[in-house]
Amino acid sequence: MEAALSLFIKSIFVENLALSFFLGMCTFLAVSKKVDTALGLGAAVVVVQAITVPVNNLIYLYLLKDGALAWAGLPETDLSFLGLITYIGVIAAMVQILEMSLDRFFPALYNALGIFLPLITVNCAILGGSLFMVERNYNFGESVVFGLGSGVGWALAIVALAGIREKLKYSDVPEGLQGLGITFITVGLISMAFMAFSGIQL
Amino acid sequence: MSNDSIAKTLLVAIGLSLVCSVIVSVSAVGLKPRQEANAEAARRAEILRSAGLLEADTDVDAVFRDRVEARVLDLDSGQIVADMDPDALDGAATSTMLLPEEDIAGIVRRPRYVSVYLVRDGDDVDKVVLPVHGYGLWSTMYGFLALGADGNTVEGLSFYQHGETPGLGGEIENPRWLAGWQGKKVYGDGEDVRLGVIKGQVDPESPQSEWQVDGLSGATLTSNGVTNMIHYWLGDGAFGPFLARLRNGESLS
Amino acid sequence: MSKNRDVFLEPIVDNNPITLQVLGVCSALAVTTKLGPALIMSLALTAVVAASNVSVSLIRNHMPGPIRIIIQMTIIASLVIVVDQLLKAYAYDISKQLSVFVGLIITNCIVLGRAEAFASNNPVWPSFLDGLGHGLGYSVVLIVVAVMRELFGSGTLLGYPILPTVTDGGWYVPNGLMLLAPSAFFIIGLLIWAVRAWKPAQVEKDQYRIHVVHRTEAV
Repeated sequence: MEAALSLFIKSIFVENLALSFFLGMCTFLAVSKKVDTALGLGAAVVVVQAITVPVNNLIYLYLLKDGALAWAGLPETDLSFLGLITYIGVIAAMVQILEMSLDRFFPALYNALGIFLPLITVNCAILGGSLFMVERNYNFGESVVFGLGSGVGWALAIVALAGIREKLKYSDVPEGLQGLGITFITVGLISMAFMAFSGIQL
Repeated sequence: MSNDSIAKTLLVAIGLSLVCSVIVSVSAVGLKPRQEANAEAARRAEILRSAGLLEADTDVDAVFRDRVEARVLDLDSGQIVADMDPDALDGAATSTMLLPEEDIAGIVRRPRYVSVYLVRDGDDVDKVVLPVHGYGLWSTMYGFLALGADGNTVEGLSFYQHGETPGLGGEIENPRWLAGWQGKKVYGDGEDVRLGVIKGQVDPESPQSEWQVDGLSGATLTSNGVTNMIHYWLGDGAFGPFLARLRNGESLS
Repeated sequence: MSKNRDVFLEPIVDNNPITLQVLGVCSALAVTTKLGPALIMSLALTAVVAASNVSVSLIRNHMPGPIRIIIQMTIIASLVIVVDQLLKAYAYDISKQLSVFVGLIITNCIVLGRAEAFASNNPVWPSFLDGLGHGLGYSVVLIVVAVMRELFGSGTLLGYPILPTVTDGGWYVPNGLMLLAPSAFFIIGLLIWAVRAWKPAQVEKDQYRIHVVHRTEAV
């Protein structure tokens, strides 16, 4: 339990996907002009991340890993090179299923999140989450915690940035730095603040 | 035929999948031997580096074949197991969870069997290379620690995988810092591990300096991680019993 | 022929995918602490964009609309796997340093963006040039950032000492911040500023103009 909590906190603050690993930057910068939209996208990322990382974990452990097919009588098979294409396929499929089921059963939620879902397939934070799960050898329980934590961390980062950008638009920024330039520098400062969390262990 | 008709869609999808799967499989299967050779060569080079046998022009394979012998060690008994093949060892299968109070290095699980490497000089074993790992600041650091045949003198340390901050904790890769480990002692008079990284520079005049290594500036947590790793792996829970036998001059087999 | 030249040269400065279109910055930042991995990453991405543009362009007249995106993703993912396997076989050390970021080329918006926006309705040769151009535009930014980070962060370039550091007996005290994540953001921010000072046409419009009220006006 303690280990799970520690991993959860770590994946939100210390190893924040957006701020320490630069994942999901394209959408991070493009959809952070307003707090409402950032919240919507953040929520969608949390949901998708919390589903895809554990699903990919199961696929990796029972199908792709070296020797994982032992239960099917093929202990020599190593399919780990198919990892990339499988994970992105799972992500695309999950996003599609989520979109359809939201549309069917929770129309209100669909109206709020729907437009962000297609963006998520190409969000590197999602694929990155799955790849880190493989690289760090998480088991199923850890991958559930990591998926949820890293999603929450990403959402937190984008909402924080959107909050700052909402205020920033009233400030007098030098001409060439206007827009994208000042956003990068702001993200740099947030990322520096998050470094204060490094080394925290529960 | 229209591009959007079902037949055409299926045809394109299947055709594309076939082409892609052939390309992917051919490249993966064709390159696999080379990749495995790379990984193995990198591991061997790292073992030689920790034992101080790696120069710029070293023929890694030849030196490894001539002087290094991989053996399986049973950590519970501290004995080398003669009839297990180190190449086929699956450490994860025999590993056990550590209790939080035992787990000072932050490694969660400890295998029962590990591969160790005996470095020979002629017929005598003059160094043993032990695999070690432990949690630093960001993630687990993996390395090899080489000890002399007395089971007490450090011959060298090297890290081959870590995620420490470049320039700060990442200096654990710096050869100048690693060179500072050579000749240090592990154990005091008793069985307790005294070797560790201190804060700041080691004072060569101090009676303690025999067991101390310079701290990494700006990387206290990484330094502590290295100390914890050494204390765990050389302690009673891991290589301690094996090294005690070495120190008592017992034979290795 | 000059149209082809524009297709190739435009994305390198005038319409750079990173500084102007904000595409593909993720990996651009994480692999730039050292120049070596950044060069290999640039090469890998350029190869993947060019090859995926060519493949998509080849089958553009047979592309079924509804599964267009997934076909492009499949092509890109296959190419990335091939590149990843090649790196592991022929550049093992660097592939270890790049770790997951080679895989993340799949979700790099430049690749899918060019396949969808250009290659799916242009002939093969211009598509190839377009891919090459965008790959190089990305590489330029990546290499500039990596040079600054490695030079000021460790005093070396490609591992060779340029500014001898204090720990090696020289005079340069390395700037540790350069090796940490935030510096990459600062450098790209300043780089965008520099490019826009040079090419004022790229400056973004203010969302709100600060209006200085003169006393006479207020009265």
